Amino acid sequence: MSVILEKELPQLTNDEIKRYSRHLIMPEVGMEGQRRLKAGSVLCIGAGGLGSPAAMYLAAAGVGTIGIVDFDVVDFSNLQRQIIHGTPDVGRSKLASAKDRVNAINPHVTVHTYEEALSSENALRLFEPYDVILDGTDNFPTRYLVNDACVLLGKPNTYGSIFRFEGQASVFAAKNGPCYRCLYPEPPPPGLVPSCAEGGVLGVLPGVIGVIQATEAIKLLTGIGEPLIGRFLIYDALRMRFRELKLKKDPDCPVCGTHPTVTKLIDYEQFCGVHPAASEAASAAGGSSATEISAVELKARLDRGDKLTIVDVREPNEYQINRISGSILIPLGDIPRRYAELNKDDLLVMQCKIGGRSAKAADFLRSQGFKKVLNLKGGILDWIDKVDPSQPKY
Amino acid sequence: MATKILIPTPLRPYTDKKDAVEASGATVGELLADLTKKHAGLKAHLYNEQGKLRSFVNVYLNDEDIRYLQKEQTPVSAGDTVSIIPSVAGGR
Repeated sequence: MSVILEKELPQLTNDEIKRYSRHLIMPEVGMEGQRRLKAGSVLCIGAGGLGSPAAMYLAAAGVGTIGIVDFDVVDFSNLQRQIIHGTPDVGRSKLASAKDRVNAINPHVTVHTYEEALSSENALRLFEPYDVILDGTDNFPTRYLVNDACVLLGKPNTYGSIFRFEGQASVFAAKNGPCYRCLYPEPPPPGLVPSCAEGGVLGVLPGVIGVIQATEAIKLLTGIGEPLIGRFLIYDALRMRFRELKLKKDPDCPVCGTHPTVTKLIDYEQFCGVHPAASEAASAAGGSSATEISAVELKARLDRGDKLTIVDVREPNEYQINRISGSILIPLGDIPRRYAELNKDDLLVMQCKIGGRSAKAADFLRSQGFKKVLNLKGGILDWIDKVDPSQPKY
Repeated sequence: MATKILIPTPLRPYTDKKDAVEASGATVGELLADLTKKHAGLKAHLYNEQGKLRSFVNVYLNDEDIRYLQKEQTPVSAGDTVSIIPSVAGGR
């Protein structure tokens, strides 16, 4: 059943009939399905790895209205996967770049752009006019926010998420279907699950997952096929294998269950244990806590000839790109097995790319009785910014 | 009896980068105990301080969530596959 059954369907112009002829000659889509697509609207949350291919295919397919929410600027490091943006777009707003690309693919599509960070204050207002929400965000607070807003508004969420070589996809919050909280009632504590910026992602992976999300959006709008509701698709690009797991609607789900306790949008940063205000204040002050050391302070101590050991906990391929001279490499995953190589009497400075993994390594060492352990705040990126700008960043 | 356990990408650093490992046990709980004995680094990722399975890590026996079977008491038979499915948020 199409999610836009109730709308009056617009006619196609002769130009549109020519453009969509490969759809129109298939009975599953046909004239009625194409008119449903034209009447339909999809809101893409994020114009990044997942949102890029999704928005492009939705535009090509003739979805009448596409909304895009983003507030970022195109960076060189985006281009390896965010194919809606090109090299000349570096430095432009992602929305301006994405809008140009969508218009170039299909001028019959109306594009609405929203240059704001999705929040509990604006989510319901932004989602309200759309038939389908496509979640292409990159963090847990926004994932839960998108889910809850979709459940509260009764709008389906075509979900996709990626990490390194592995992707996940499903359709959440559809009528009688499970939601994201049925699958994961609670988020992981901050820092336990690495982000793409920290863990990397194969450039084509979001292409596969984003296009699966677009496929599901098109199926929901046209009402054809068997949607990915109550099923969780897992794609492993290295093995080139898809697996499917069953998802059940949890009757005790706090947002879509029989007795919901979440009946309006909440503070998702707090829910996910993220306290941006506190960490921003600390970094704005530029100081170091008892467990941290700044790049500038580390440089001063090295210049002073202090005896200390810098332990780089990144992966070997990251170490090849840049490193602090004299550091030793023990990847985070090897620390539990190799920490005996470190001397408890030495001052240890743990370091990674931006400071997340090294904080975990420092915590682990302290749990093993190491007393003199500091975490390099801001990781090698901050070191390059403040101390050694000759090295490349990634 | 050895049962195959599929390890997701984020947890592979703790299993020598292997995407599948074997563990022994008659129930899912016993299997996971054996798994974390063999790969100690996994323990903190699968269990909380109280020794309970973390709620952002789902464990599947074949294609069924063990929460809807008998949780960690779910019996394992020959030929079954156990999957660990953690939540992942990446998208950009």
